Amino acid sequence: MNNAPARHPNLIALYTIARREVMRILRIWAQTLVPPAITMTLYFLIFGSLIGSRIGDMGGYDYMDFIVPGLVMMSIIQNSYGNISSSFFGAKFGRHIEEMLVSPMPNWVILGGYVAGAVLRGVLVGIIVLVIAMLFTKVRIPHPLVTISTVLLGATIFSLAGFINAVYAKKFDDVAIVPTFILTPLTYLGGVFYSVTMLPDWAQAMTHANPVFYMVNAFRYGLLGSSDIPLAIAYALMIGFVIVLGALSLWLLKRGVGLRS
Amino acid sequence: MMAKAGGVVAGSRLYYQPPVPTSPPMPMSQIPALEIHDLRKVYAGGVEALKGISLDVQPGDFFALLGPNGAGKSTLIGIVSSLVNATSGSVKVFGTDISTDRETAMRQLGLVPQEVNFNFFEKPFDILCNYAGFYGIPRAEASRRAEQELRRAQLWEKAHATSRTLSGGMKRRLMIARAMMTQPQLLILDEPTAGVDIEIRRGMWRTLKEVNAAGTTVILTTHYLEEAESLCRNLAIIDGGRIIENGPMKALLAKLDVEGFLLDIEGELPASLPHVEGVDLRAADRFTLDLEMPRSMNLNSVFARLDGAGIRVRSMRTKTNRLEELFVRLTGNKEHAA
Repeated sequence: MNNAPARHPNLIALYTIARREVMRILRIWAQTLVPPAITMTLYFLIFGSLIGSRIGDMGGYDYMDFIVPGLVMMSIIQNSYGNISSSFFGAKFGRHIEEMLVSPMPNWVILGGYVAGAVLRGVLVGIIVLVIAMLFTKVRIPHPLVTISTVLLGATIFSLAGFINAVYAKKFDDVAIVPTFILTPLTYLGGVFYSVTMLPDWAQAMTHANPVFYMVNAFRYGLLGSSDIPLAIAYALMIGFVIVLGALSLWLLKRGVGLRS
Repeated sequence: MMAKAGGVVAGSRLYYQPPVPTSPPMPMSQIPALEIHDLRKVYAGGVEALKGISLDVQPGDFFALLGPNGAGKSTLIGIVSSLVNATSGSVKVFGTDISTDRETAMRQLGLVPQEVNFNFFEKPFDILCNYAGFYGIPRAEASRRAEQELRRAQLWEKAHATSRTLSGGMKRRLMIARAMMTQPQLLILDEPTAGVDIEIRRGMWRTLKEVNAAGTTVILTTHYLEEAESLCRNLAIIDGGRIIENGPMKALLAKLDVEGFLLDIEGELPASLPHVEGVDLRAADRFTLDLEMPRSMNLNSVFARLDGAGIRVRSMRTKTNRLEELFVRLTGNKEHAA
């Protein structure tokens, strides 16, 4: 028998999980890729085209142009979060998570594989929404590196948050509660549809405690070239969130919270 | 361990045909395949599932782990396979402590759990390839092994069907095929034959014997005590979180001082049965004698006495499973092991 590991067993394991996640996304494309395309088309049509034409400028831009970055980022956040929370909890519920827990894979590989799959879905949906936006307005990307890095950081943050949600979830309701009562309000109040400068002081202060606000604005800088906040603060916060949530996820895996009795 | 290669025997019910060894078996290592020392587990609710279990399983052994429901067997297997955290104690797989070098220990281990635990929405071929991938086996090699294992399990025709459409027996065979993907040196099976028909079960017994003969150490829990008696060389009986018996199967069965037989006789039994000293003789029905006698007693004397009374024995069979009898006596439990 040959039980000697291959040269890069952890990379093969990481690729295996990420590949399985991508196959899952493509297998159930009607649940994963089509709904955000339809929803965002309606947003662009109703808020951008019909109502937006009566709103006028927002933050110095045509309203349609203003909401494109926010809606793209909203899609990325929701889909990366939803992918990992439903897939990882589904693996717990169906007990096939045990295939991974009894294997020699280290915890960082399990986490990395699931996060990679969720980020890929976020990016895929982001590209679809961006293409749809091109049907309604001219999309320019003046700062492509900021755009790409913000997408990756934002998707990673909410993948990790979705993972933590799935670790603690005991039933499917627990996976749905956080997006409904926390994620959606944070996204809508994170400056997707309006500039924070329109708000009274107290509301502006509250908005600055919302992590989505920093992601939307950094992404808006990448697509439009302007932002309500300094870019350095947005990056510092996003990287900080990745480190804190990543460390928490690994700690939960090490302790076996919700996984090992 | 020896290299494996093999194929399906035409017309056989074997779902997994281990390879014909191409070289003589290597000498067995002196390191136990499984070494458990003073293992304890207290669950969050305060339930003490294991109360200091110590156990060695030698390499190459076919070992039965028996006990009534709730005895702690699944907890023990869960800790060994790292699905359950131990409260204290140590577990070593081929000398590697699972708490200090889990990666090396788990690479030697294959687990066939009690409950079906693969993704019902995936195809058997993908399930096997992904499982191998978790162990760092490259995709090309995993695909080759998956085809080999699925053919041996007589599941190749279902390789690309959705796995939820498989029958109960097929699902069990798929889980064994999955465990064999990594060619483990220690294979733990938690009730692998539960709920499968006798024909498939016997095919699985042959398979497990051959896997064991090829060098893999096998640990088995089962509901069917005749299964353990016919397959295993050593056993441990666990009850109330403690090992109450541990040793060679033959030595433990020798502890039974009474044996029971059913005798099929020619014609009908007489109205009055003869008295045989030390033997409990009763009519099971008009054509069958139910007899219980000390193990030290010679059967010839019983047959001579029956013959003298005009009762001719046509055939004889063991009345009860001996291991079952031992199990019931040790655990005081009238229910089967699980």
